[in-house]
Amino acid sequence: MKNCEYQQIDPRALSVSPSSAQNHTEKKAQRPRRKWEVFPGKNRFFCDGRIILARQSGVLPLTLGLIVVTCGLFFAFDCPFLVEHLTVFIPVIGGVLFVFVVISLLRTSFTDPGILPRATPDEAADIEKQIDTSGSSTYRPPPRTKEILINQQVVKLKYCFTCKMFRPPRTSHCSLCDNCVERFDHHCPWVGNCVGKRNYRFFYSFIISLSFLTSFIFGCVITHITLRSQAGKSLLQAIQESPLVICFFSIWSILGLSGFHTYLVASNLTTNEDIKGSWSSKRGAEDSGNPYSYNSIMTNCCVTLCGPMPPSLIDRRGLLPPDEATPAASASDIELPLFAAKNDTHMCTQSTKDVLERMVHSSDFHGLCPPGTPKTTPLEPEDSSTPAPSAEPSPSSTGCSQQHAHQPMATPCPPFSRGSKRDSLHSINPAFRLASPSPSLSRASLILGDAADTGFIPLP
Amino acid sequence: MTHSLQDLQQPAVSSKVFIQRDYSSGTICKFQTKFPSELESRLDKQQFEETIQTLNNLYAEAEKLGGKSYLEGCLACLTAYTIFLCMETHYEKVLKKIARYIKDQNEKIYAPRGLLLTDPIERGLRVVEITIFEDRSIGSGR
Repeated sequence: MKNCEYQQIDPRALSVSPSSAQNHTEKKAQRPRRKWEVFPGKNRFFCDGRIILARQSGVLPLTLGLIVVTCGLFFAFDCPFLVEHLTVFIPVIGGVLFVFVVISLLRTSFTDPGILPRATPDEAADIEKQIDTSGSSTYRPPPRTKEILINQQVVKLKYCFTCKMFRPPRTSHCSLCDNCVERFDHHCPWVGNCVGKRNYRFFYSFIISLSFLTSFIFGCVITHITLRSQAGKSLLQAIQESPLVICFFSIWSILGLSGFHTYLVASNLTTNEDIKGSWSSKRGAEDSGNPYSYNSIMTNCCVTLCGPMPPSLIDRRGLLPPDEATPAASASDIELPLFAAKNDTHMCTQSTKDVLERMVHSSDFHGLCPPGTPKTTPLEPEDSSTPAPSAEPSPSSTGCSQQHAHQPMATPCPPFSRGSKRDSLHSINPAFRLASPSPSLSRASLILGDAADTGFIPLP
Repeated sequence: MTHSLQDLQQPAVSSKVFIQRDYSSGTICKFQTKFPSELESRLDKQQFEETIQTLNNLYAEAEKLGGKSYLEGCLACLTAYTIFLCMETHYEKVLKKIARYIKDQNEKIYAPRGLLLTDPIERGLRVVEITIFEDRSIGSGR
């Protein structure tokens, strides 16, 4: 996770004057770049931005492999026998289901789940200005929430420190992908991507079709074995040649997962909300306190699965305008330090040194910080990975690991987790609070924060 | 958008106003119609409200749940979503309409007053960004 600490936006760092913008055009690459090349999240892009994947897509090949192997065994060993004894439609149905499953899986994996682009520096400054004038005048970063009314129900919107904006309702920040995702359901390692607004229907059709496929194969295999044993052939040999074992174990988890998601679709909930119990406290008044539910199963299903397909908001293949420094805040690694260095080198170096010194001194603070839960993230209610087997009826072996946002931490100190990079970023914070909020210091911390993300500054 | 590039090169940007989303009706795309104080000297309240209201109506049309959208969804499902590779979705069509409307508004109303509306889709449908340019006759806006 990159920037979990609050970085005060320095209004003077915003690229408002045309002269500094023009200097940038000389520094920019000659070839016009596409926006996916400077995308700040942890995603990988293929085919010049057409295909998007999470950075860690490790288990996707396994998922594909399992499906292909199971079906391969089915077609190779069971189909000839069953075609002979039953009907030719068996491999046809199997083939159709297999194709459907693979297409749904690939669609889920390669589709943008509904990533929200990060706020531009101007936008972020505008939001921070509002917060400062209405609340405290210090630069201490409290967990910021905004309460709004949705359908006469109070909903809290949280401020995302990484993306520098108030998250829309039902949006969550995925720590694995480092993006805010709309209608965030969960991050699925089997699919290698987040499941959110734009690809939930693909995910749902994937698991439903997979349930049908595995049930179908299971049924055919049982039939095959039964017929073979009746014919007097060796039962053991028949079992060995069939994909029975894989089917047997996966079928229950997949059926369970499908059932769980069918329930979610019918009540217009996300896995995230269900786990957090966002609306369960209000249960009793209506069928649920969920303000997004249409209180009709059919409508909920139609809306979630057959509703209009929203467009991708991140415009991966768009060309970067040559005179824009960065399309999103904290995106380009080189741009921001260069820009600051250009304007006020001496001041920045001085303040950077000060901050670095303080960093060294305040690394002692860590011993004093109360340790939190290792898996929660500091200060900011960003998601962390916690497998939640109790939430799903299916065994966690094939369940997707659930991501959910935690409530803002009451303690100002972060738990001692995830390496020294986080610690050094945190140690800027007490230094920042101690010093008066001078523009040079804030600019230095802006550079420091961003540069530290990309490993420019050697950590103590 | 090339539109914004051309404008930025000549008059200096004085400030930017951001119209935030209005979530009172849920997660549908809708912007607040409250008139920002920074625009008082440049624009009529009514003009502004009309622009935002039209935008809201267009987005509502894009996200409308009805027979047509359900049909599109079901058809897509049956073709294993491959139909989206060749067909433009209803939402995309409305987005193009919105882009045309914004361009039109900019040309007729906002540019003569030294303002520029940015299409919300370029800001992830989070805000309507209105750039206020320095007006030589009035002076800087802020």
